[in-house]
Amino acid sequence: MSILLGEDFTFIVQGITGREAVNLTKECLDYGSKVVGGVTPGRKGREVHGVPVFDTVAQAVDNHGSEIDGSVVTVPPAFTKDAVIESIENGIKLIVVVTERIPRRDVAEMVELANLRGARIIGPNCLGLIVPGVCKMGGIGGPASDAAKAYERGRIGVMSRSGGMTTEISSTLTAAGLGVSTAISIGGDAIIGSTYAELMPLYEEDEETEAIVIYTEPGGRMEAELVDWREQSGSRLPIVAFMAGKFMDEEEMKGMSFGHAGTIVEGAEDSATEKIKRLEDAGIPVVERIDEIPGAVKEKLGVAA
Amino acid sequence: MRFYEYESRRIVESAGIPVTEYGFCRTADEARAAAERIGGPTVIKSQVLTGGRMKAGGVKFADSPEEAASHAEEILQLEISGHMPVGVLVDPKAEVEQEYYAAVLWDGRAKRPMMLFSDMGGIDIEEVAEQHPDHVGRGHLSNLHPVPDFRAKEVVAAAGGLTGRELTRATPILARLAQLQRDYDMTLAEINPLARLSDGSFVALDAHMEMEDEAVPRQTKKLAKLEIEVDEPRELYEPSDFERNVKAIDEADHRGVIQGKDHGFDGNLGLVIGAGGGSLTLTDAVRSQGGRPANYAEIGGNPSVAKAKGLAMEVLKKEGVEKIAVMMSIVSNTRVDIVARGVIKACLALGKDPAETITVFRIPGAWEEEGAKILGKYGIEFKDRSTSMWEAAGEAVQKVQGAG
Repeated sequence: MSILLGEDFTFIVQGITGREAVNLTKECLDYGSKVVGGVTPGRKGREVHGVPVFDTVAQAVDNHGSEIDGSVVTVPPAFTKDAVIESIENGIKLIVVVTERIPRRDVAEMVELANLRGARIIGPNCLGLIVPGVCKMGGIGGPASDAAKAYERGRIGVMSRSGGMTTEISSTLTAAGLGVSTAISIGGDAIIGSTYAELMPLYEEDEETEAIVIYTEPGGRMEAELVDWREQSGSRLPIVAFMAGKFMDEEEMKGMSFGHAGTIVEGAEDSATEKIKRLEDAGIPVVERIDEIPGAVKEKLGVAA
Repeated sequence: MRFYEYESRRIVESAGIPVTEYGFCRTADEARAAAERIGGPTVIKSQVLTGGRMKAGGVKFADSPEEAASHAEEILQLEISGHMPVGVLVDPKAEVEQEYYAAVLWDGRAKRPMMLFSDMGGIDIEEVAEQHPDHVGRGHLSNLHPVPDFRAKEVVAAAGGLTGRELTRATPILARLAQLQRDYDMTLAEINPLARLSDGSFVALDAHMEMEDEAVPRQTKKLAKLEIEVDEPRELYEPSDFERNVKAIDEADHRGVIQGKDHGFDGNLGLVIGAGGGSLTLTDAVRSQGGRPANYAEIGGNPSVAKAKGLAMEVLKKEGVEKIAVMMSIVSNTRVDIVARGVIKACLALGKDPAETITVFRIPGAWEEEGAKILGKYGIEFKDRSTSMWEAAGEAVQKVQGAG
């Protein structure tokens, strides 16, 4: 078992003829993912690594002959909202938005529509998600051989606001023999399609997942939401957290943005110190070093380090 | 992006929200003319993108156009927290019956804009919310529907039980502010105070607007119509030479991204690090182990050799930098060998021995075998993923302190 993706999961790539998208498509195909089509307006009839390109999502669905499960959206920011809505309106239920620098209003609009249609958005400004050995949707982990090195099938669910750190953390878990059930790069923006708390119920139902690791940063209120969800749900899953960007708490850094668009500290509650306190008060240990994560997880699981 | 008070005034006005008869002036003569046009007592306000104007003497009251001109003369030459004003705003001294607060801002958790209204304006809204929660109305807006007036009405009605003409006059103002927030991609659209004058009419006395940086390109035309130029940098502080140079190198080449900041950093260890989350993690790891970073940096998206070299050179040229640490979280797009070439070239170009200058090179991932080979030629040890980010940072700190 895993969450969101499976053996037969099919997806398309919107903006497939772009340089990054061509690489991403090859990486996913090499990993064994089922990329059943691509969309770039005006490029119908072409192929990208053997994947047929269409002008519209509807054509891709037609060609496939049945519903397509997902889409990876890599179009420029000005066109992203329309591309996502096109997918939603063509019955696609899982949309990974890779594009960076999309205005918040556009993100909020597509997320609200997705909720109405029973679709889910991951991102924007993310690298997608991976179920080790089964399916890779997006650039997460890089080329198939690199992804295989960092991600081994296992028991830990990973959610991270940083795409690169998703792989760093997963690699650490893999090296420690814990492995990864499903790893999700959730995106670094102030408003994203799926937050920790919104993804937790899926992990909760996944028998393979025994614990969760989150990577977080200053900015936003996602940790508070996670803590609230955990209290209300009585979740079975222990969580270990890592907080980056503690240096942003320094007085001279106030109001500055580092790393991701979402990591701007707007009030006291956004700071790293506040977040660490909130998480630890809720029984979620926040480790200081990435290499301490496997030990903290093992302690939670009651297995020898 | 932040706006000057006079710009916020223009934006609010363009959204159909009543404002006072005001004048934006760049000279004392213009201020005199504005005061004449307004008639009666005026207030002259420095236009700077910083707080604390009142304390610094950047806000003065005038009873005559002559006095307005002489105040303007003074204020135009007054530097406030390192910022020179771009002009002054001349405003009538309004006869206010009551002050209110109106704002629309993003609620990240609800993923929707939230309207706020209070009948206790003019003071800090967070304080009001804490001490008089029944005087603050709140309500969310859908991102999909047009802004409904009734939602604004509900929010106004929830603020201390407002009713009558107060309610009917304040409601359209809040609804228009909500429309403005959406139309202009504001992260914050705030009117404080919103004033009720003796004749019962409402005017926005002061407004604070912040536009989302990502949306500025699509708003430029609309802003130009209001004679608001967006080409000047509007940072919280003046960018340093290091920041300017790194930005120029980044913009000169579309391949990959490099960023550098050094505001608030003054250490001896230069950081050539990446990517987004990796940079945050590594900066913390250096500091937590007693290191003093000279800068913050981000490498991402597979930059060219020239770009990596450019960043490393700028870091090395910074005053007080003795050595650099080249570190990233596992890379899948950025190539290890390219960064390796870049940083070695930077050392050589500045006449430095790469093996002495680079304390640690820890970038596991794409093309790492090639990277290791190149580094080996110059006597630099390549650290792969078996060295943790924390350990790499610790080693860099030790080496730079040993050099001290």
